[in-house]
Formats: sequence, C-alpha cells, structure tokens
Amino acid sequence: MDAKTTDSAPFLDRLEAVDTDQPDWAAALRRAGLAVYREEGLPHAKVEAWKYTRLDGLTRSAFEPGISAPDGITVPDGRIADMAGAHRLVFVNGCYRAELSDDGLADEGIEIVNLGKPGAAPGWVAEHMGRVLDLDGMPLAALNAALWGDGVAIKLADGAQLQKPLHLIFLAAASTPAMFQSRHLLIAGRDSRAAVIESHLGLEGAPTFSNSVVEMILEEDAVLDHAKLVDETEHAYHIAATALSLAGQARYNGFVLTLGGRVVRNETRVRLAAAGAECCLAGAYVADGEAHVDNTVFIDHAGPGAASRVVFKGVIGDTARGVFQGKTLVRQYAQKTDGHQLHKALLLSSGAEVNAKPELEIYADDVKCGHGATAAQLDEDMVFYLLARGIPEAQARQLLTEAFLGDVVDEIASPEIAAAMSAALTRRLAGINADHGA
Amino acid sequence: MALLEIQDLHVEVAGKEILRGISLDVEAGKVHAIMGPNGSGKSTLSHVLAGRSGYDVTGGSVRYDGSDLLQMNADERARKGVFLAFQYPVEIPGVTTTTFLRQALNAGRRERGEPELDAMEFVKVIRRKTKELGITDDLLKRPVNVGFSGGEKKRNEILQMAILEPRLAVLDETDSGLDIDALKVVSDGINAQRSDDRGVLLITHYQRLLDYVVPDRVHVLAQGCIVKSGGKELALELEKSGYAEFLDAAAA
Repeated sequence: MDAKTTDSAPFLDRLEAVDTDQPDWAAALRRAGLAVYREEGLPHAKVEAWKYTRLDGLTRSAFEPGISAPDGITVPDGRIADMAGAHRLVFVNGCYRAELSDDGLADEGIEIVNLGKPGAAPGWVAEHMGRVLDLDGMPLAALNAALWGDGVAIKLADGAQLQKPLHLIFLAAASTPAMFQSRHLLIAGRDSRAAVIESHLGLEGAPTFSNSVVEMILEEDAVLDHAKLVDETEHAYHIAATALSLAGQARYNGFVLTLGGRVVRNETRVRLAAAGAECCLAGAYVADGEAHVDNTVFIDHAGPGAASRVVFKGVIGDTARGVFQGKTLVRQYAQKTDGHQLHKALLLSSGAEVNAKPELEIYADDVKCGHGATAAQLDEDMVFYLLARGIPEAQARQLLTEAFLGDVVDEIASPEIAAAMSAALTRRLAGINADHGA
Repeated sequence: MALLEIQDLHVEVAGKEILRGISLDVEAGKVHAIMGPNGSGKSTLSHVLAGRSGYDVTGGSVRYDGSDLLQMNADERARKGVFLAFQYPVEIPGVTTTTFLRQALNAGRRERGEPELDAMEFVKVIRRKTKELGITDDLLKRPVNVGFSGGEKKRNEILQMAILEPRLAVLDETDSGLDIDALKVVSDGINAQRSDDRGVLLITHYQRLLDYVVPDRVHVLAQGCIVKSGGKELALELEKSGYAEFLDAAAA
C-alpha cells in the first residue's frame, strides 16, 4: 500500500504498524478505507456532516499506535458502567488484554473472535465486515478501516441468547500521545438476544485518540440492548461510528452516555430495512470545561412499517459545547413509518453552547414523523423553591439537573442497564454543579 | 428581643421603591397578620424575608433570632428556621416530593448538628405528619407540585411547614383560591404551628382566614407602609370598610 501522510490526511504513515500478512478480504477493506481517507482527509469546515465538530486539534499531538500502558494497570470499577455479573473483555490502548478479561464465554450458539487477527477469522467475519457501514463521507471510519487493530467479532446463531451481558471495557492510559482504532462486529441471528455494554475510560496521562467502528447486523426478530459509556480525559479525542442494519421485527435498544472527553463524536447510523423493525436510541451527555460532545444520528427508513425513536438530552456548562445532528430519512416505499427524534439541552453557564440540527427527509406520503429541539437554562424559580426549603444551592442545582436528565434514562429498556447508566450520571453530576453553583 | 425585628425596611425592585420604611416585630409565640390591597408590597416583604434575589434593600434592617437575616443566603435562612409558604408553589418535574422533602429536612438537621434521617425514619416522620394534618400521602410519590390542583399545592406547603418545623413561618396568601375544606386543612396546619417559641407572619388579602387562625396583631400594609396596627378586631373592621381609607392615608 502506498501511503503518504499530508496535512489534510495525517496518520497515513501509521500504516506501517499494520501487519502486512492479511487475508484478501481484510486487505481489500484496508485499501478501500485508505482510498476514502486519502481522498477526503480530516473533515474541514466545509464538510456539512462535520460542520460543528472540528478535528484540527488532532494534528497538534503526535499520536502513535501501539503505545503501551503503564505496568500494573487495573480496571477502575468505580468509573465503568456498573454491570455486575457481565462478561468482561478489556482493551488497553486498543489492545486486547486477556489477563484483565473474563475467559470462557462458552454460551451455546455464540462464536467470538478477535478482529486483530484477521488471518484466523472465520468466514462469517470475511462475509460481513465492512458491509454495514458505507465509508463514503465517513473519513474517520475509513481511517479505522485502513488501520484497525483489536476488537470483538461475535456471532449469535439463530435463537441463541447471550447468557450474561457482554461488557467491553476500553481503557486509555499512555505516557505519550496514543491512538487506537478498535473495530467490532456483531451478528445477531434470527430471534437471538444479547446485551452489549461499552465503557470507554480515560485514565490520566497523555492525550489519546480513539477512533472506533462498530458494525451490527440484527436479523429477523433479534433483540439487542446496547449501551455505551464514554468517560475519557479532558485531552482525549473519542470518535466512534456505530452502524446497524435491522431486518424485519428486529429491535435495537441503544443508549449513549457521554461524561467526559475533549472532543467526542458518537455517530450512530441505523438502517431499518424491513417491516416491524424498531430502533429506540437514547442518550445523555454532561459536558463541562472545554469539552465538545457531538451526537450524530442517521436513521434510514428503508423498508415500510418500521419505527424509530431518538431522544438525546445534554447538560452543558463552562465553555463546553453540545452538538446534535439528527437525520431521519424516510424512503419512498417506507410507508407507515413511525419516526421521532428529540434533543433537549440544559445550559448551565453563559459560555455554554449548543448546536442542534434535527432533520426529516421524507419521500413516503403515509408516515408519522416528528422532531424537536430545545435549549434552556435551569429554571431559577425552581432553584429558589429548593433554596427556600434549606437545600444548599449546589445540591439544589444537582437535583434539578438530574431531574432534567432523569427521563432520558427511562428510555432504556433493560432495568440493569438503566440502573448502571443512572448511577454513572449521578456520580458525574455530583461534580458539575458544585462548580456552577454561583 | 423579638424573634423577627424589622426596622425601617426600604426595598426597591428594578429601581422602584416598593417598601417604604416598614417596622415590625414578631415575637415568639405570636401570630401577626399583614393585610393589604394588591400592590401594597405584601409579597415583596415575604420574598425579602425569604432571601429571593432581585430585591434591593436600600435601607433598614431585619434581625432574626438576634442575627442579621439579610446577610444570610436563602438556603441558610431556611435551615435556620425561616419558612416561606409560597403564594404560587413551583412545579418541579422529575423530583419526587419524597426526595425533595427528605433533602430539605436533612439539610436543616445537618445545620443543627442532628443526625440525618434515613429513608425508613423519614417515612415515619411523614406518616405522622400527614396523619396529623389529615392529608393523604399519595402526593409524596408524585413530582413536586406537578399536576397538583391549587388546593393540593397549598396543602403541600402546609405539609412542608409541618415537617420542617420552622421557628418563623411566613405565609404568603396561602388562603387564596382555597375552597372551604382546603382552607380548614390549611388553617389547622397553621394553628398546629403555633407554640411558645415560634412566630407566624400571615400575609393575606382577605379576612376569611383569620376566622380560623386568630391573630394576635393585625397590620395594614398600603403602598409600602404599615398604615395601621391593632388587635384581631382590625381585620373585621377592614372587612366592613375595605382598604380605601388606608390608601388615602398612605398617599397623604
């Protein structure tokens, strides 16, 4: 592969780190990613999809792949999603770490492999990798395709059930700027059922750049509960694309919780291919300091009679910024579509900013669709009411902030996941209003 | 020393003088009523006492239990025993009444160096108070005041007062908009608050509440001044003659 790093397309020289002994399908995917990334480069201001989220800062640190973590690193249990009893797989700076992970995931009808060793991957990986996410217009996902390292590929046979939730834990801890490109694939066979939780955690240290791609295929009647917790450091870039394809009657319950990071972009792209497919995607974020949190959602109603519901809420303080781009596309033959999206932001300071762009693009004529976006501050009448009952100001503001975000957690179908996300939010909010009380 | 000592209090809102030199002492064990027409400054007085922002005190002083009340933040005043029953209680979606009351009660207990109540102990307190007041406890699970009728909101204010056991209760038109049953609950709640070491300042437009809660003193507030003070019979006098003569007196 001929690769040359330029100002507009940095990181191409990192290709040297990629093992050259690749099977044909992997080499083809890497070439395709390379071509798109070289063509498009890092998104600049004129790229509509990245209008509000600039990645210029990525070129200011010399991010390198393969940076090892400090010795004796352990999983900080108090900060990851609290999923007691889940099966854990732990990655540190993008590398799978068996000694920190649970072993023996031997559920019936489940196959699981590490995508970091494509030479050993079974046929179903070769068949499906790169098939859900279209790389055109997705330069960061293309960079991931060119450079991907370790990651999970999991396949549930028809009717199979993951007995325990699968908890993927990603720790970022480096003494020099580190980049990692994890990549995951999930294939949920007909009528299968699984819960997958991701915890992305930054530990103190040098800046990190996580650029991940997740592809998920839900066949007929499959049900997937999926939650993602992002709590990176204030120097971290976290760019993620999650792409899903749902067949008839398949159901996806997704939740994205962002609690920390310098620049975070969670892009979720869902294709509802057939009748009865349902996507319920919710999310919450807390941004303070100089954090920039972008949730971008594209729902593609490609088949008739499918339903989608997208609800995001964010709390933004200091000079942080929240971005929500939600697009629902209803194709001409996607009649009887039920599609709704909503974004609500709570601004805790005068320097906080939000950019919300909800969009509906509808070509069918018999649909129920709606969208909305609001931005507001804490209601000072409510604050005063709590103060007048003796509740200290920081506590009053926290209570109201939690109440604002509380109903979005109610969107989560699984009680265990809802409890874990709610606990993580409460922990996080205990800090934010103490600073914004004045 | 009176529990509450207001001396020549002047208050402006957005540059306009609303209170023009009020002096008033509320002793422990006493109920004082402040009556007056709309726009006389009744609600301004209650908000200033509770510590709401947006009111500029341009003169005078307010001492509570010997301390400068105006130097304290709103939450500190409340923890030290000053309670305002709101004329318009605020709806707070997403916060249950139980959570709200427990945090409020424990904030006061911390201030007094008392141990905080756990969920079980708290429920016991609530049960006892709701029973005493004849209030059903189904509102406790609901978000604070959300979807409550006017009467339910006012009853909730009285329940909060009963639970927080303030030393000084300021009730801002708590009687307005109540039917006779709700008025009975509210006035029973206020009477239960009366004791030798507590004071009550009742702000009202109508005499009706004073049939149920008999005040020790009645003051007439008109155009930012107390224009007349007297015993409980003053309320009855007002009922007959209205506020007109006092408006003239204040303007003179």
